Amino acid sequence: MSARFADPRGEPAWLRALLIAAALGFLALFLVVPVAAVFVQAFSKGVATYLAAIREPMALSAVKLTLLVAAIAVPVNTLFGLAAAWAVTRFRFRGRNLLVTLIDLPFSVSPVVSGMLFVLLFGAQGLLGPWLAERGVRVLFALPGILLATLFVTAPFVARQLIPLMESQGAAEEEAALSLGASGLQTFAWVTLPKIGWGLLYGVVLTTARAMGEFGAVSVVSGHIRGRTNTVPLHVEILYNEYQFAAAFAVASLLTLTALATLAAQALLARRLARRGVR
Amino acid sequence: MRIQLTSILLLAALTAPAGAAKPVTILNVSYDPTRELYQELNASFAQAWQAETGQDVRIEQSHGGAGKQARAVIDGLEADVVTLALAYDIDAIARTGLLPANWQSRLPHNSTPYTSTIVFLVRRGNPKGIRDWGDLAKPGVSVITPNPKTSGGARWNYLAAWGWALRELGSEAAARELVTGIFRNVPVLDTGARGATVTFVERGIGDVLLAWENEALLALRELGAGRLEIVVPSLSILAEPPVALVDRVVDRRGTRRVAEAYLRHLYTRPGQEIVARHFYRPRDPEVLAAHAATFPRVELFTIDEVFGGWAEAQRVHFADGGEYDRMAKGR
Repeated sequence: MSARFADPRGEPAWLRALLIAAALGFLALFLVVPVAAVFVQAFSKGVATYLAAIREPMALSAVKLTLLVAAIAVPVNTLFGLAAAWAVTRFRFRGRNLLVTLIDLPFSVSPVVSGMLFVLLFGAQGLLGPWLAERGVRVLFALPGILLATLFVTAPFVARQLIPLMESQGAAEEEAALSLGASGLQTFAWVTLPKIGWGLLYGVVLTTARAMGEFGAVSVVSGHIRGRTNTVPLHVEILYNEYQFAAAFAVASLLTLTALATLAAQALLARRLARRGVR
Repeated sequence: MRIQLTSILLLAALTAPAGAAKPVTILNVSYDPTRELYQELNASFAQAWQAETGQDVRIEQSHGGAGKQARAVIDGLEADVVTLALAYDIDAIARTGLLPANWQSRLPHNSTPYTSTIVFLVRRGNPKGIRDWGDLAKPGVSVITPNPKTSGGARWNYLAAWGWALRELGSEAAARELVTGIFRNVPVLDTGARGATVTFVERGIGDVLLAWENEALLALRELGAGRLEIVVPSLSILAEPPVALVDRVVDRRGTRRVAEAYLRHLYTRPGQEIVARHFYRPRDPEVLAAHAATFPRVELFTIDEVFGGWAEAQRVHFADGGEYDRMAKGR
């Protein structure tokens, strides 16, 4: 009788073992095996093929474009996220709830629809397209369109990360700083930023991962011009459809590596974040 | 040594034709299965153009389902030339004023430098015994074709089946029943021909792929040796994938001359040779004769004979609320 109450969780040992095994098995099946498969496929024709696929001019141009888009989208959305979280958590104003909902909008809209949105706006038959075309401005099927689509789908990450954090931390320390004569900028740099630092980094990591990995929305606005408007995910699809499977997986392994790096960074940050939360 | 180098440079500068220094780039927006074809044609044209004018030309490529690609050009993708799966998609572009309505009469052979047809790709040994269009609607046969709404190839598939039924079964109602039956047997509708090929060949889904002849022959060479077989139906459609200059774009970009030469290059002997090597049926009778072993003899009908042209076929079958939509609803 007493043995049954010995374990406060109240589950028999075999059931616990079973559940853990199921969870781990599931993880292995849906995470470890596919990731391993990417690398096995990537190297299936040898290291030389792998390197050739990555060094190929079309692949390099895709990598360059993806890095460029991320290099612009991440800082912009970091600033946006900071500003939005600041506004939402430090002020009470009309339309505040609407703003919170709007920040989440890109999460709830399918990426393809996000892409279509920009086609409707900037397409040659769209609302602003003809006006822009007359002035020689190209948005769709060029860098600006890809950038806009990426900005749109990655907009919520930093804000979503910061809003609950800043909400729970409250504004007492900032108020103290201000009452002691610090300027707004000083308060932000010396009080707010250290408080939210890890959360912010976490948001930036997620934004970066999505900015480099986005397929749907970018696919709609890209025009798929090889060597010009193909990002890494689009290039992977092209290679795959051209029967160059090893090359496709080689380039895909680059994305997988960034994803793994993201996961590692995420785990590290989450741990730091948890420790801070306790304090 | 220095004098020698200088004189060589001077000589090079003098012999290069005027205006040759500036390289030019044109964009060819094409449909799905032409990737390998244009890779080689582009290299061959760049060489010919360089020899003729001294100018470097780079041809950029974009590929996808023909309907989707036409849509992108309409939405502002700056194509100097379009090389799509069927005339209707270029008609759609012409309606926006990007090129004149009579575009198809501007180049020989209805602006189609190569033709193809629709054949069946089956698994080795043809386990389901698929011989002709009638076999595709049988229960238990899984058919792979892309979506006629987005893919030109799929529209040719559909019309080929319809045309065969009209002749063999003798009525519109029988044709409708057959095509409905075929599409009822389709488990996945990809947006483009290449996606459908990958679904069938790589992912191993389906018993038969309805495919462009060129796509089937390419798949056989790339991945199918010993795994796949081609079945040629008793009757199929003459598929004419046309090419056209996009006037509004070339005039704005100042690329008319090179873009026109590019399209004409498709009709030249070297161009037609490349076409045949990539399993498209060349227009040049001598080149066709030289590659006769590649292309099985098959009785072909044209879309004009059976359907009264693309505009009519599109209106009756593929427009919103047309035959295909009603079929899909009934499914």
